[in-house]
Amino acid sequence: MGVSILALVYIIAAVTFIMGLKMMSNPASARKGNIVAGAGMVAAIFGTIFLYRNPDGSLLQNHIWIFSAIALGTLIGMYAAKKVKMTAMPEMVSLFNGLGGASATLISVIEFNHLAEQGFPADSSSSGTMAIIFAGVILGNITFSGSLIAWGKLSGKVKDFAFKGQHIINLILFAAALALSIFIVSDLQATTTTILFYIVFLLSMVYGIFFVLPIGGADMPVVISLLNSLSGLSAACGGFLYDNKVVFTGGILVGAAGTILTVLMCKAMNRSLLNVLIGSFGGNKKGAAAGEAGQYKEISLNDSAVVMSYANKVLIVPGYGLAVAQAQHACHELEKLLEAKGVQVKYAIHPVAGRMPGHMNVLLAEADVSYDKLLEMEQANDEFPTTDVVLILGANDVVNPAAKTDPGSPIYGMPILDVELAKNVVVNKRSMKPGYAGIENGLFYRPKTSMLFGDAKKVLQDLCGEIKNL
Amino acid sequence: MQSIFQWISVNEQMIYILILVIFLGFIVISRVPTVLHTPLMSHANAISGVVIMGAIIVMGRADADNYIALILGFLAVVLGTINVVGGFVVTDRMLEMFKKKK
Repeated sequence: MGVSILALVYIIAAVTFIMGLKMMSNPASARKGNIVAGAGMVAAIFGTIFLYRNPDGSLLQNHIWIFSAIALGTLIGMYAAKKVKMTAMPEMVSLFNGLGGASATLISVIEFNHLAEQGFPADSSSSGTMAIIFAGVILGNITFSGSLIAWGKLSGKVKDFAFKGQHIINLILFAAALALSIFIVSDLQATTTTILFYIVFLLSMVYGIFFVLPIGGADMPVVISLLNSLSGLSAACGGFLYDNKVVFTGGILVGAAGTILTVLMCKAMNRSLLNVLIGSFGGNKKGAAAGEAGQYKEISLNDSAVVMSYANKVLIVPGYGLAVAQAQHACHELEKLLEAKGVQVKYAIHPVAGRMPGHMNVLLAEADVSYDKLLEMEQANDEFPTTDVVLILGANDVVNPAAKTDPGSPIYGMPILDVELAKNVVVNKRSMKPGYAGIENGLFYRPKTSMLFGDAKKVLQDLCGEIKNL
Repeated sequence: MQSIFQWISVNEQMIYILILVIFLGFIVISRVPTVLHTPLMSHANAISGVVIMGAIIVMGRADADNYIALILGFLAVVLGTINVVGGFVVTDRMLEMFKKKK
C-alpha cells in the first residue's frame, strides 16, 4: 500500500515540476508555478522518508539523522535566500547550484563505497551502475567546483585567470577523467580501482575550476546556465542509481531546460556555445583596447535635467552599474518626475544586460517599475529613431558599436542597442574605465554622446533634485 | 557489445523517459520570455535539488554503525536541502516583484 502511495506521490511531483516550468513562462502565473513545483518537491521528499522501501522491503532508517540534516539545510537555505541582496542574486543561484552538484557527487561516492564493500561483483549490471556512478561524480564535481568559481568571480573574489595552452590542458584533464572511468568500468576487478576512482574525482574537480576560470565578463550568465544544466544531469544519475523516476525526470528536465536556456543566451549574443567556451572574453583584451582614445564631452547635472525634462521621449538603458549602485528606486523616481512633466519614459532592456538575462527586469520590478515600460531589444531598436534622449545607466558592452563595426572586437557580432539612432545620448558611468568585458567603447567619443560621471544612485537622486527645481 | 544490448533492454523504461523528457524540457522552456530568464534559471536550479531524495535513500539505508556513509549522507542531505529550499525561496523573492502594478 505504502509503495503504491509513494508511486502516486512521485507521479504527482513529476507533473508539478513540468507544470511549474510551464507556468514560469508567463509572468502572471510564474509565482504560482514556483510554489506548485515546491509543493511537489516537499511531498516527494516526505513520501521518500516515510514510504520508500528498499529492494528487500524494509523501510528507511536513521530518521533522526535525516530530519536534523533537513532542518539544518532548511535553516541555512532560508537564511541565505532571504538575506541575499537583489544585486547578488546571480551569485546566489550559482552557489546553490554548486551545492546541488556536491550533493550528487557525495551520493555517487557513497554508492561507490557500497560496491567496493561487496568487492565489485562482476556482472553487467554492476558495470552499468559503475558507469552511472562515474558520470555522477564527474558531472557533480564539475558543477560543484565550476559553480564555486563562477560565484567567486561574480562576487569579485576570484579574478580572471588564463594561461597559454589552457584549453589544451582542460581538454587533457577531461579526456583523462573520461579514459580512466572507462578503464575502471571495463575491469572492475583491478586492485587499483579505488585509487583510480579518487583520481577521477580530483581530475573532474580541477577540470571544473579550469573550465570556468578563463571565461570572463559578459559570458558568465551562459556558464551558470550551462552548469545548471550539468547539475540536473548529475541529479539524474542519482535517480538512475536508485531507479527513482521522479529524481530522474526532474534531473533530465533541468538538464534539457538548462541546455536550451544556454543556447537561447548564446543566440542573444549571436555566438556559438563553443565560441563562448573557447574564445574567452577575459583572455584577450588587447585587440580592441587600442582604438579611438579621442575626446569625450561631459554634461552637467543641470543640463541633463533640462534636456530630459523638455524631451518628448526618454529611453533608459540600465546595466550592471545600476545594479551595483542599487539605483533602481532612484531610477523609478526619475521616471515618475519626468512623466509628471509629460515626458514619455521607457526602458530598453538588452537580453544580457547585467550579469544574467533578466537581471535588469528583476531589479526594476523591485522598484515597482511597471512591466509594460520594459522594452526588449528589438522593440527598443525600433523606438530609438523617435527618441530624444537615451540615458545609459552603467551599461557598456551592450551599447558598444564595436560589436557591429569592428570585426577584431571580441564582442563582434553581438546584437546591441542602437542608441546612436536617438538624438542625444547621456551616459552615466563612474569613470572612463572599460566595462566588464574589458573592451573600449567608441560610443563615448561620439559627438552625440555626453558623459555624466558618478555613482548611478547619487547622480539619479541629484538629477531628480534638479528636475524638481526647474 | 552483448552487455550493452542487455543493459539497454534492462533499462528500456528509463531510456524512454530520458528521450521524452528531453523534448519536453526543450518545448516547455523555449516559450519563456527573456524577462523571466533569471527566475527560471533559479527555479530550474531548485528542481535539480531532487537529488536530495537520493541522498535521503542513501542515509536511510546506511547501517547505524557505518559512520562514513552516515556522515557523507548527512552532508549530501544538508547540501541538497540548501539547494532546494534556497532555490525555491530565492525564485519566489524574484517573482514577488513581478506582481501586476495597478
